[in-house]
Amino acid sequence: MSVDLGGIRMKNPVMTASGTFGYGPEYADLIDLNALGAIVVKGISLHPVKGNPPPRTVETASGLINAIGLQNPGVDGFIREYVPFLRRFDTPVIVNIWGRTIEEYEQVAERFDATDGIAGLEINVSCPNIKEGSCMFSSNIEMFRRVVAAVRRKTKRPMIPKLAPDHAHIADFAKAAEACGADAISLINTLPAMAIDAETRRPILGNKTGGLSGPAIKPVAVKQVWDAARAVRIPVVGIGGIYSATDALEFIIAGATAVAVGTANFTQPSTALEVVEGLRSYLARHNLASVRDLVGSLQT
Amino acid sequence: MKLEEARVLDHREIGGGYRLLKLAAPAISPAVQPGQFVHVRVPHYETALLRRPFSVYKTEGSSLSILYKNVGRGTATLTHLQPGDSISLLGPLGHGFPEPAAEHVPVLVAGGYGMAALYLLARNATQKGVAFFGGRSAQDILCADEFTGLGWDLHTATEDGTSGYKGLVTEPLDAWLSAEGKDRTPEFFACGPNGMLQAVGERAIRGGWKAWLSMDRNMGCGVGACLTCVQKIRQEEGSWQWKRCCKEGPVFEAREIVWDEDVEAGNSKPASTPNAPVKM
Repeated sequence: MSVDLGGIRMKNPVMTASGTFGYGPEYADLIDLNALGAIVVKGISLHPVKGNPPPRTVETASGLINAIGLQNPGVDGFIREYVPFLRRFDTPVIVNIWGRTIEEYEQVAERFDATDGIAGLEINVSCPNIKEGSCMFSSNIEMFRRVVAAVRRKTKRPMIPKLAPDHAHIADFAKAAEACGADAISLINTLPAMAIDAETRRPILGNKTGGLSGPAIKPVAVKQVWDAARAVRIPVVGIGGIYSATDALEFIIAGATAVAVGTANFTQPSTALEVVEGLRSYLARHNLASVRDLVGSLQT
Repeated sequence: MKLEEARVLDHREIGGGYRLLKLAAPAISPAVQPGQFVHVRVPHYETALLRRPFSVYKTEGSSLSILYKNVGRGTATLTHLQPGDSISLLGPLGHGFPEPAAEHVPVLVAGGYGMAALYLLARNATQKGVAFFGGRSAQDILCADEFTGLGWDLHTATEDGTSGYKGLVTEPLDAWLSAEGKDRTPEFFACGPNGMLQAVGERAIRGGWKAWLSMDRNMGCGVGACLTCVQKIRQEEGSWQWKRCCKEGPVFEAREIVWDEDVEAGNSKPASTPNAPVKM
């Protein structure tokens, strides 16, 4: 079941998706964190961020729109409050990082490069929930290259840019990430979305718009992973509406080396571990020695 | 905090569209503290990704009950549960009510099914005090006998006057405070619509008393990870900080709560107890 994600040794290919698993302790009473392939913590920025006014999430059919606004304790707060806890586990910790400027990305990356217990950095260039900053890094390929290359210069740790669900150019972004020294890529982030209260004619979310996650986006994500994985040699993390081993297998067969369980953590905190078990039984049922034999095995 | 497949023991309508759901939940039930809640995954409603939070009404050994009203698709789906059915529960969650201080008279204030969230506190309290329950009509005054049976002095208020005082629950409360509150210092425990909570909080702050308010916010994960159910909480030197109603709350002391958030976020319409997620 073990996989190598651009230098991060994982005992199985199932991770948690950033923003859906807090910083680890939130779920530690409910599931064995040692049984996860990796933990990806909620996005961290240079300074603490308060985030958006409520309502911050709204449920839609098979989906969840969130506009938390990247609330986080900042890099120092995270290192102080959570890293000692996370170090107790035998599971790689990947920190999702973001900034409003390239300099902020660089400073956060440098801080984590000097911090023990951090296995890798996921670079969030594509969160739809802040007004300035990240968005331009995801929609403009030149800006995307600049931020990925800048972080590369500041960290020796495995670096995983997280791609926006850009339908037309996902392969270009994947190639750009690889060319700029990324060790892996992860996709997809949430899809820009909104919900309206017809009675009041107001947006439901405090931030008006947000990012859609959950099973509603899974078919979109599978296609994007398929397109991105064929464009690069570095490993791909498949994310988007994974609720079962069968969902995870779609991503792996499409080309993902690892998968991340996101919104499902809110629905059923045991999902990631159920996916691990389901993958194990699939391998046994199909007489496969390793999950690596399945990666990109799509028959067309 | 445990994740448990609970079994439905009993499920019945108790009038006024309210339902009482009794579940066998041996891992969760014995650990429940007054004011805590359980997060329920609604069975046979796969397109709904979020669990629904419900205050725990009663616990009896390995079983617990919740009281709810059919207010949306989630609760409508719940009404189909039959004895023997299985349902996924996460709990007990949240930071509930403190134990009433011996030197004060405990005063319960609730609207609608907010009463459910106060039952365990009423049962455990060594000193029984006064309870003020309000609703639209007599049908919204739930489990009144349960509270009087425990020895609480119950006052009711309804908008249509079908039970007790005709008007808001704060009116008999004010009458009691001016008659009795002079000699005995009250400590409030409240659960209900935001307007009611704010009114109780204002009285407590004015009188120099404590008021423990169970806040209702949209909830996501229930365990503190998603940061959906945040409430502005006053800090020293005039600043504020988000606290999670599912983790640091749902119960906060009146002085901690910054109410202006309700205006900003368009949340000023009366909400209810954790029984009623606004978006179903």
